[in-house]
Amino acid sequence: MAETLDLLLGVPFWVAVLRIATPLVLGTLGVLLCERAGVLHLGIEGIMVAGAFAGWLTVYHGGGLWSGVVVAALVGMAFGALHAALTVGLSLSQHVSGLGITLLATSLASYAYRVSFPKVDSPPTIQAFTDMRGWLPLPVLNEQTPLTLLALVLVPALAWLLYRTPLGLALRMVGENPEAVEGQGLSVARLRAGAVIAGSALMGVAGAFLTLAAFNAFYFNMVNGRGWVCVALVVFASWRPGRALAGALLFGFFDALQLRLQQAGSGLFGLQVPYQFYLMLPYVMAIVALLVVARRASYPQALMKPYRKGQR
Amino acid sequence: MRLEPRLRTPLWLWLAAPVAALAGTLVITSLLVAWAGAPVTRAYALLLQGGFGSRFAWTETLTRATPLILTGLAVAVAFRARLYNIGAEGQLYAGALAAVAVGGLHGGVGWALPSSLLFALMIAAACAAGALLLWVPAWLKLRLGVDEVVTTLLLNFIVLLLVSAMLDGPMKDPTALGWPQSVAIADALQLGKLIERSRLHSGLLGALLLSLLLAALLRFTTLGFEIRAAGANARAAAFAGMPVRTAIWKVALLSGALAGLAGAVEVAGRAGYVTLDMSPGYGYSGIVVAMLAALHPLGVVAAAVFVAGMLVGADSMSRAVGVPTYIADVIVAVALIAVLIATLGVRWRVRWR
Repeated sequence: MAETLDLLLGVPFWVAVLRIATPLVLGTLGVLLCERAGVLHLGIEGIMVAGAFAGWLTVYHGGGLWSGVVVAALVGMAFGALHAALTVGLSLSQHVSGLGITLLATSLASYAYRVSFPKVDSPPTIQAFTDMRGWLPLPVLNEQTPLTLLALVLVPALAWLLYRTPLGLALRMVGENPEAVEGQGLSVARLRAGAVIAGSALMGVAGAFLTLAAFNAFYFNMVNGRGWVCVALVVFASWRPGRALAGALLFGFFDALQLRLQQAGSGLFGLQVPYQFYLMLPYVMAIVALLVVARRASYPQALMKPYRKGQR
Repeated sequence: MRLEPRLRTPLWLWLAAPVAALAGTLVITSLLVAWAGAPVTRAYALLLQGGFGSRFAWTETLTRATPLILTGLAVAVAFRARLYNIGAEGQLYAGALAAVAVGGLHGGVGWALPSSLLFALMIAAACAAGALLLWVPAWLKLRLGVDEVVTTLLLNFIVLLLVSAMLDGPMKDPTALGWPQSVAIADALQLGKLIERSRLHSGLLGALLLSLLLAALLRFTTLGFEIRAAGANARAAAFAGMPVRTAIWKVALLSGALAGLAGAVEVAGRAGYVTLDMSPGYGYSGIVVAMLAALHPLGVVAAAVFVAGMLVGADSMSRAVGVPTYIADVIVAVALIAVLIATLGVRWRVRWR
């Protein structure tokens, strides 16, 4: 037990927590933005794969790391535009469209990877982001890459946008009561499409973090359900950016903990547990998180409800 | 731009919509094939030949279509009632594990049951395992209002890890030289082959029969009517005095059981044991199959054969002209989106004002 305590107090553990949480923060903010505007976005899993691939490919072909991030965001926006066209423009089922986007983005990324690298045994690597130890005088945070800083800055930025600006008010309103937005002379379609496209850009960057900062290569299955976890975290966060950060950190805590427990090998309270059960922990925690808030979850009222102009 | 419901759809539009969807899919995927540097027409010819062009191709396609029909039915019946079961993949594996638990591990326990009874037990266990796995998200949805999409998705990952743990531990085949695979079910429990010198097994007949039964259930029975009503407008159905929640419970059990059955049929019809890669995403492809079929049980059969043909054809095409096999997944995903848009065009009219 003392070992476990040492581990929790050590800096490396918290560095790992923050590293694991970063893509979740970015992805959760992306989903949050879409859902606040009333659009469920199950395309996140695929967009993260596509963003991870596109960002990595850009850097591999000689682009800068930040251009990789921008390309990942642009790829995310392209898939976001498709999701917006299908769900906002054509009012298709948001569930089905999102799953379709995930299938499309995942298969396109895998296909493009195999076309670009037909015969490689180990994935080609790039020079990934380095940490900020050179110039940032904060412990734990300075062992992260600038993308983590970006994610942390985006949390108050998105909160400010949603709660302190007219645009944010309109965005929240379009997810609660689109008729009222229409009554104000604003375009429901434009607001929703904008939110979906911007949110998808964040999802693309969340994927790019995996290839440009956490690892330095692209692997199939590297996203491995992180996108779905983000969708769960948004519910856990009650659609608030600050709580989204807290949820992502909590999740990162459990994921880092299970990694350490696996490595420690001494078992949990003396019990030998197969390593797969440690790996399950994050997914179980995501479901538990949903249960905890289930009774008081206040969904945006117009979530998953397509809006057709002039129809009551 | 806005959409108006069509009061009546002209016949030509019904016929044109699938053709347009197919044409759109072909154009987009042709660009991708050309990008890979392969001759486009030859690649498509090889794809079709590999999927449907010979006796061998047909047996392979139908073998792959068998689990897809079952997962497609599982998804279709759930989506009909607006129960978004995205967990067919996990339910399939749960069913496969349960099948092996009954059909493979009994040897050491010393049950002396006739094999027909054991076969029935094996199928029942698989259905129960799948149904139980969907029962949890359904319970969470109906009692606590937890969205079933996320819970069923997350359960897929949990079940796959559980399978991995079982293959390392209690269900490990000690003779498999460290390869993670389960013990095999008894020989007497394996499904018979439909055609000599092929992998096609009698599970296909069961899948076809179930699609007929499910179509009849949805069309002719009270439960079927309740399922359709719950999906079309749950509030109106509840107002009319229908037991909507009970209907959703039943749908959850039915859908989970069908997906679990897919796992048992794969085990009994193919290898006889469980591996971690026994399903190349049959559960997820089942969603596509159900959507391509517009959630109709009979359409599921056609859609499953189409998707399976693409998967099988892409394998042989890939070997011949070097286009990555992922093209099959791309074709299926693009076809899904194209069909969704085309179906929309049949039911709604676009007004550009």
